[in-house]
Amino acid sequence: MTTVLTQLAGEGASLADALRVLLLEDYNTRLVVLSTAMLGLASGFIGSFLLLRERSLMGDALSHATLPGIGIAFMLMVVAGGSGKNLPLLLAGAAIFGVLGVGLVLAIRETTRLKDDAAMGIVLSVFFGAGVAILGMAQAMPEGSAAGLESFIYGKTASMVLADFTLIAVVAIIVLIACLLMLKEFTLLAFDEGYAAAQGWPVRTLDMLMLALVAAVTVIGLQAVGLILVIALLITPAAAARFWTHDLRRMLLIAGFIGAASGWIGASLSALAPRMPAGAVIVLVAAGLFALSMAFGPARGVLIRGLRHLHVKRKIGRQHLLRAAYELLESRRHPETELVHNTPIAVAELQTYRSWSPSELRRLLRTALWEDHVDQLDPRTIRLSESGFGEAARITRNHRLWELFLIHYADIAPSHVDRDADMVEHVLGPDIVRQLESNLDGPIQPLAVPPSPHDLSAAGATP
Amino acid sequence: MIEWMPLDTWIVVVGALCAMACALPGCFLLLRQMSMMGDAISHAVLPGLAVAFLVSGSRSSFGMFVGAAIVGVLTALFTQWVSRFGQVDRGASMGVVFTTLFAIGLLILVQAADKVDLDPGCVLYGAIEFTPLDTVAIFGFDIPRAAAVLASVLVINLAVVLLLFKELRLSAFDPELATTVGVNATAMHYLLMTLTAITTVASFEAVGSIIVIAMLIVPPATAFLLTRSLPAMLIISLITAAVSAWLGHVMALTVPTWFGFEGTSTAGMMALAAGLLFLAAWVLAPSDGLLSRLRQNHRSLRTPDFPTTG
Repeated sequence: MTTVLTQLAGEGASLADALRVLLLEDYNTRLVVLSTAMLGLASGFIGSFLLLRERSLMGDALSHATLPGIGIAFMLMVVAGGSGKNLPLLLAGAAIFGVLGVGLVLAIRETTRLKDDAAMGIVLSVFFGAGVAILGMAQAMPEGSAAGLESFIYGKTASMVLADFTLIAVVAIIVLIACLLMLKEFTLLAFDEGYAAAQGWPVRTLDMLMLALVAAVTVIGLQAVGLILVIALLITPAAAARFWTHDLRRMLLIAGFIGAASGWIGASLSALAPRMPAGAVIVLVAAGLFALSMAFGPARGVLIRGLRHLHVKRKIGRQHLLRAAYELLESRRHPETELVHNTPIAVAELQTYRSWSPSELRRLLRTALWEDHVDQLDPRTIRLSESGFGEAARITRNHRLWELFLIHYADIAPSHVDRDADMVEHVLGPDIVRQLESNLDGPIQPLAVPPSPHDLSAAGATP
Repeated sequence: MIEWMPLDTWIVVVGALCAMACALPGCFLLLRQMSMMGDAISHAVLPGLAVAFLVSGSRSSFGMFVGAAIVGVLTALFTQWVSRFGQVDRGASMGVVFTTLFAIGLLILVQAADKVDLDPGCVLYGAIEFTPLDTVAIFGFDIPRAAAVLASVLVINLAVVLLLFKELRLSAFDPELATTVGVNATAMHYLLMTLTAITTVASFEAVGSIIVIAMLIVPPATAFLLTRSLPAMLIISLITAAVSAWLGHVMALTVPTWFGFEGTSTAGMMALAAGLLFLAAWVLAPSDGLLSRLRQNHRSLRTPDFPTTG
């Protein structure tokens, strides 16, 4: 069977080739693309649970731990008189040692002071070392040829056959169904192991089941993308999905989708371009999707959090400026009516009121001008605009309400409340303000607004 | 039984030097719960090796060392970025970073396959069996080049650990406290990462990444089970590392003969030997071992004390 890869090696990819690959017209490409996409889907699902349990590197430990199993299975088959190349038996050997390795990780974690990372590292390196030693012996066996066992380490995506595809499809479907059936149990395990145990769930059995599914995906992944790169499919799609949603079900779907897309796109790209190993390209596509998610993900992407941070910072700056202005105006309140008048304020005055740096204050004023909260009278004097004055009064009032609340209900000395109020007032919602008002009905005066000079009871008095 | 030759002595010396060099930063990695960093760095340096090799065109050059060491430190940096800016769990961010770097390295290697014979397998398994053949003359003695390189790395690691012992200890156990008393915990973190990267890369060509990963993690973990004092942990891990190297080579020569084979990978066996020593500590450790825990449980149940046989 000639692979697309070798066909294209000489001439480079044309549009027709590209179409042929993307439309899965080529038999071999179809096998490879569908296999890797299914593998990505399954590992996205199970990888999400691993991520939430903070055990992402378990796939790493597990995949290295399979190596002695492969070597021993090979040697036993050769001793029994075979060629040693029976794939299901090799994979069975891999699975047994994978589960053994996981069991040891859990045992080390339970019975020593060592943490997860050290337990995984120990199992990973010792099992892999043992595997290398065993393969070293297997290669010296005169009866069978151990050459090709190395494809377990680097994968042999391009030369996949129907049997590989069937195996991957069956295992992937089993993993998906198991994840869906155990959704509730796994969710509980991922978020609150202690609670699950207290509720009487068989936590340890569930844990082993989850890791057995990881082992299944890892073992079939060894064939498709190789030992070291299968780890990426377990970790990267799940980590990328986390940026898109806070909902676990949606996260599973998104992770599955990203995993499948990585497999599909990566395998197609590697079929198109000469000398692009599929495993590596799939990992790079997944990494690219991860980078996009990290930047633009709406749930906790860097951009959205940056914008939110900027928004809050701006809000806090605005509130500080307006309150400072209002308190300055308050200090020159009309002696008889006690009314606060919106008179011009010198920038220098504001400057000394709070410890702003000149550039900070300039920036705040520029924003306030743009938001139409202040009017610039001349370069050194500003005045609150009409809306700015109202906003300033509201903000100052909220701050005072919160201060009074702290004094009355939290027993904090009046000299200490300003800073605390400052921390909280920026997040006060209208509901809380209303509640504060009702709580503090007695001690606080309603906002000073002059009484109406005319009778308001007559209908239609105000236009 | 086995024929021990001067060659074998050198193999053990090279292995022991490498193992001891790894064990020192490994202890601090373990305490910071960053044991997997060695695994991540050793996979991630592949693009560094590949690029440096393409640029310099030779396989045992200083450029390759520098290239890989830079990528090693970058791995730590990227991991930090992804976990801080993306608020991703550290294990996961490590996984994303090192698999991506490894894939990039693989791609470069395959693209340049005509010009290069840098086998990823060689990076993985190393060739400790052949290190005694490549010698340099130092003070008139012929010493394996790998032994000279690894000895220098061991000396550097020892010097850093001895000079900055207080700072490293404080920032490993309590980074916040370290910062308040004027120790730059971030600088200590990257110093440790640099040491790990340098040690990893220096060991690569000689002994492969398997020994490196195993020796960064397993001897420190063994020592951790045997003592609760950091200086004792460092010393025990050095001893365990050296013993693992010796035991591993002996096992590589003897164990296969039991099954009718001639011999096998010394690197793999050294990792396995370290694992056996860990197993012994896990079961037999004086206060934390499985056996003594079992005994304590019996005592607490007020059952008569009886000798536990293994």
